[in-house]
Amino acid sequence: MLFRTLKKKDLPRLYDRLSDGNRIVGPTVKGAEKDGKAIYAFEEISDFNNIHLDYTSTKIPAKKFFMPFRETMASFRMKGKEWDKMVSFNMNSPLVFFGMHACDVNALNKLDKVLLGSHYPMPYYAAKRKNMFIVGIDCIPQPYCFCRSMGSDTALHGFDMFLTDLGDHYFVEILSDTAYNFLRQITNEEPAESDHARYMKVAAEKNRKFTAHVDTTDLTKILDMEFQADVWKKWGDQCLSCGTCANVCPTCYCYGVDESVGLDLSRAQKTKLLYSCNLIDFAEVAGGHNFRPESHTRLKYRYYHKHRGFVEAFEESLCVGCGRCGESCLAGITVPEVIASVRGEES
Amino acid sequence: MAETTARPKNFLGVPVAKPKVAFIELSSCEGCQLQIVNNEATLLDFLSLVQVVNFREAMTEKSDDYDIAFVEGSVTRKDEAEKLRTVRNNARVLVALGSCACFGGVNQLKNRFDLDWVKREVYGNSFIDTDKAQPLEDFVHVDLRIYGCPIKKEEVEKIVTNLVIGREVHHPRYPVCMECKANENICLYDLGEPCLGPITRAGCDSWCPNNRAGCWGCRGPADDANMVQMRKIMTEQGFSDETLIDRLECFGGFKACVDNIRKGQLK
Repeated sequence: MLFRTLKKKDLPRLYDRLSDGNRIVGPTVKGAEKDGKAIYAFEEISDFNNIHLDYTSTKIPAKKFFMPFRETMASFRMKGKEWDKMVSFNMNSPLVFFGMHACDVNALNKLDKVLLGSHYPMPYYAAKRKNMFIVGIDCIPQPYCFCRSMGSDTALHGFDMFLTDLGDHYFVEILSDTAYNFLRQITNEEPAESDHARYMKVAAEKNRKFTAHVDTTDLTKILDMEFQADVWKKWGDQCLSCGTCANVCPTCYCYGVDESVGLDLSRAQKTKLLYSCNLIDFAEVAGGHNFRPESHTRLKYRYYHKHRGFVEAFEESLCVGCGRCGESCLAGITVPEVIASVRGEES
Repeated sequence: MAETTARPKNFLGVPVAKPKVAFIELSSCEGCQLQIVNNEATLLDFLSLVQVVNFREAMTEKSDDYDIAFVEGSVTRKDEAEKLRTVRNNARVLVALGSCACFGGVNQLKNRFDLDWVKREVYGNSFIDTDKAQPLEDFVHVDLRIYGCPIKKEEVEKIVTNLVIGREVHHPRYPVCMECKANENICLYDLGEPCLGPITRAGCDSWCPNNRAGCWGCRGPADDANMVQMRKIMTEQGFSDETLIDRLECFGGFKACVDNIRKGQLK
């Protein structure tokens, strides 16, 4: 890995270089909550000044840019008894993510394992993932962040360059030659010994700020042991089965396919719709049998996929600890509280 | 409009019948029917898919020979109940069109009050023949419901297409939140406003929240709607039971839930 430093005043120049011919996506202010707190969202950016690199976290993750909530998979044109099928992976131009936190980079790395690394890669995802450039940015832990518990508080790969705020300049990790070539066009320096020390101090300060934790020790085993635990029923009674947790989750990738015929009967469309395992008909099969008709069984399986099944398959959890699900859940169901209750701990 | 003489439609080489359809209104604002006529961009395609034989709001001709009847409005008089029974006998498929037909709609708000008082309040001393407002299903068997106040024309088109080509018609069984998040709206509760999105059936593409207005539940409850939790959330967010009931009662879809709250049985 290459390390450089970049003066803060030179960051707009990096933006200019990157935005030349590319679409830029960055954290921006979408609105304000009733208490005045800013609501952030990843949006396409046309002005560097609209990027808020000091953002807390976005309500909705960046996945809409590489795994849209609704995506046309194929369209059909019927002529008599024949038809034409048109497939597009919906990749229009490369995307530059300017200011992504480590949790969201790690979410991409986890999605890669399923959607790129499996026997049947998902071309709709691959086309976009292979055409993105990511500038990571360090962050300040919020009360709901438990990424450190999930090992997602730092990103080791999956980005092109990563910036850490050292005051008047950034510490830059360079991971790709594309990043190297971009940075070469802007004044940058070799980090001094003092920059290394400052970097470690910033990292240590960040670590001290975490307040939410999840104990993952033996969690796969504990989940097996507590499959019948009463706490699942308690959380299930609270659950609205609304799918919000999945929609705001940067790693939830389950989807359904909707096939629709156009009003003139000469066109048809296959649409991929992100779905949620908490929705009532998620486990309903042909013939009408529903394997998980009760809310608590659906909620339980959501946790089993994230914290048990995925761990057994990939040696890591499918949760990055961004805390978005708990923040958006109107019923107040949070991962740290659910896991603690399954472990028999008071939360 | 009835004389659409386009070539017989076919779907993948298989001819499809062009069903005769009727649009009929009972007590309503006729806004749902207006939604159908309003859809200029696709109206011709719609009219080549079905043969409209009865549509008072849009045409002069009238026929009682139809396959599908779309009935808008709620039943508020004896003659409407009779009319509805006749329509039921005439139609192979009877579709309840919109919240009034499905749940009683805004009309059923008057059911909460003494009927004589309601009449006096609105019509003074003029004579008005009106009873309580009831949904179609209180009188006849309903084959299909199209929810919403008003209905969403894109949804109607999709349903009619599926009816014509013989595909099953499915409504979303999940609540509005699902569509609202997909539309990346800011949660109304974050803005400090009440919203019935978490318990209301989706399918509207979160029409109101897209415009920063909280959901009033016009499509009725989602399958497995968690009413108890919804009430807790409203309370926690600082909204009274009165605010909750106002919304739940507006279109009639949550009648059972409101009855339970009033009886103190929703805990």
